[in-house]
Amino acid sequence: MNSQKEKIIKLIFTILAFASLLFLLGIIIVLFKESLPIFKEVKLHDFIFGKHWYPTYDPPEYGIMPLIAASFWVTAGAMIVCVPLGLGSALYINEIASFRQKQILKPIIEILAGIPSIVYGFFGMLIVAPFLQNLLNIPSGLCAFTASLVLGIMAIPTVTSLSEDSLSFVPKSFKEASYALGANRWQTLIKVVIPASMSGISTSVILGMSRIVGETMTVLMVSGGAAIMPKSIFDPVRPMTSTIAAEMGESAVGSPHYHALFAIGLILFLVTLIFNVAAEHISKKYRVKLGLNR
Amino acid sequence: MSINNEEKIKIKADNINFYYGQSHAIKNLSIDIYDKKVTAFIGPSGCGKSTFLRMLNKMNDLVPNTRAEGTLLFDGQDILEKNTDVVSIRKKVGMVFQKPNPFPKTIFQNIAYGLEVNGVKDKDFIRKRVEDSLRKAALWEEVKTRLHTSALMLSGGQQQRLCIARCLAVEPQVILFDEPCASLDPISTNKIEELILELKKFYTIVIVTHNMQQAARVSDYTAFMYLGELIEFDKTATMFTVPKQPKTEEYLSGKFG
Ligand SMILES: Nc1ncnc2c1ncn2[C@@H]1O[C@H](COP(=O)(O)OP(=O)(O)O)[C@@H](O)[C@H]1O
Ligand SMILES: [Mg+2]
Repeated sequence: MNSQKEKIIKLIFTILAFASLLFLLGIIIVLFKESLPIFKEVKLHDFIFGKHWYPTYDPPEYGIMPLIAASFWVTAGAMIVCVPLGLGSALYINEIASFRQKQILKPIIEILAGIPSIVYGFFGMLIVAPFLQNLLNIPSGLCAFTASLVLGIMAIPTVTSLSEDSLSFVPKSFKEASYALGANRWQTLIKVVIPASMSGISTSVILGMSRIVGETMTVLMVSGGAAIMPKSIFDPVRPMTSTIAAEMGESAVGSPHYHALFAIGLILFLVTLIFNVAAEHISKKYRVKLGLNR
Repeated sequence: MSINNEEKIKIKADNINFYYGQSHAIKNLSIDIYDKKVTAFIGPSGCGKSTFLRMLNKMNDLVPNTRAEGTLLFDGQDILEKNTDVVSIRKKVGMVFQKPNPFPKTIFQNIAYGLEVNGVKDKDFIRKRVEDSLRKAALWEEVKTRLHTSALMLSGGQQQRLCIARCLAVEPQVILFDEPCASLDPISTNKIEELILELKKFYTIVIVTHNMQQAARVSDYTAFMYLGELIEFDKTATMFTVPKQPKTEEYLSGKFG
């Protein structure tokens, strides 16, 4: 190949590589630029710990604690659903399922992971919420509990498929060594396979959590939408993401409300960034531990 | 095939056949493995050496869709019978694999593992057994100051000796080696061979090797396999000087393999 052509191709790829970096940088700059003006209206401490979110009242109040609490409760509840079920199915697929079951289950899990979140929202709104409302005899089925349940189900495929990958990366030679020493299947699973894939499993849990925290459409549809401090898990709530989605359209560009919504976005951005960096860090450690990088 | 009626027989294989699905990997194999001797299996790649070795500690049970026929007597008890206690066989018959495969745990934990899964709780006992096993595997001096560091930091040869120590810790009667030096350098290989010669005082050893010189150096008896069949079985010294079968002669002189 002539060197002229090579140079041009190299240049194109360099530009592409830097373009994504540039976009990321642009997003961060816009987030900061549009968020910071809100702190002229309200102190950072009051913004985060304030218990009242009344952005359209006079005088307005910009305390996002109810939204943070809602996000926290919904996420925690969803984790209780998706971690045991997700890890359980990963272990089943990896250790117990026959070859044929594996061939059916793995693609199904991948398909579930690809279902758009609005479909989960519909499912939650039309089936789960009315069902829970009747079953538990609560005022509205659209509440934190329902949101947790639906989001938890939604995150199962993420947890399952990533942790199943890490279980299947455990070299066969470890299992053979364990069996050859007289260990049974259960001991091998608990003492060799799971510890060896622990970092991969934690990564899958963190990424599942990251998906739940950042999820917008589903929560908007099933969480009930009340921006007040939740007192029970059956209260309607408004997590941070759905607040932005619901209110961005009605807030005037450049108004304090508008800036406050950006600030919420910034916080979400930082939280998910931390999750992803943590996941990356742990999975790197995992490669070192298994000696895969040698 | 019995060739020495003076020796005590530890394992007696009688007319063994083994199938991976339709593929017939071991054909009508009969052989006696003598107590506290080293028996080497040689033969070209794919002739069924590992398959036979893995029958001896029932590792092939883990491979789906396989079938074994014949009788395989361990101290007179047929271990191919359906109701055989797999765990007790695997405790009596230890195995060292082709590629060193220490667990991603500390040196200490690697050796204690076999005791723990077999229900030993006594910490002092475990500590003592870890030291004993490492000494027997000629590794103690090299690792005694770093028992609690990762086993994966050891060199390949040290890892293989760790795997031997791990196997010794559960006090087996028989040790199976499946090409234990295939991934090691000459110096490490030499150490493992010396170790095998030392261990045969106390254990019955079966070793699969690709390396004919290794078989000649470490074994008392040699079995030559070809395409799933046992072609010749004899005292090592006899086989390497006056092989009876033309096929053995061809293999030993390097005509194929
Ligand atoms: N897990 C397996 N599934 C199917 N066939 C196998 C399996 N392991 C070994 N074989 C086949 O059985 C034959 C004997 O293999 P093996 O015992 O590994 O030979 P060796 O150790 O002498 O090289 C080979 O033809 C090999 O392809
Ligand atoms: Mg082999």
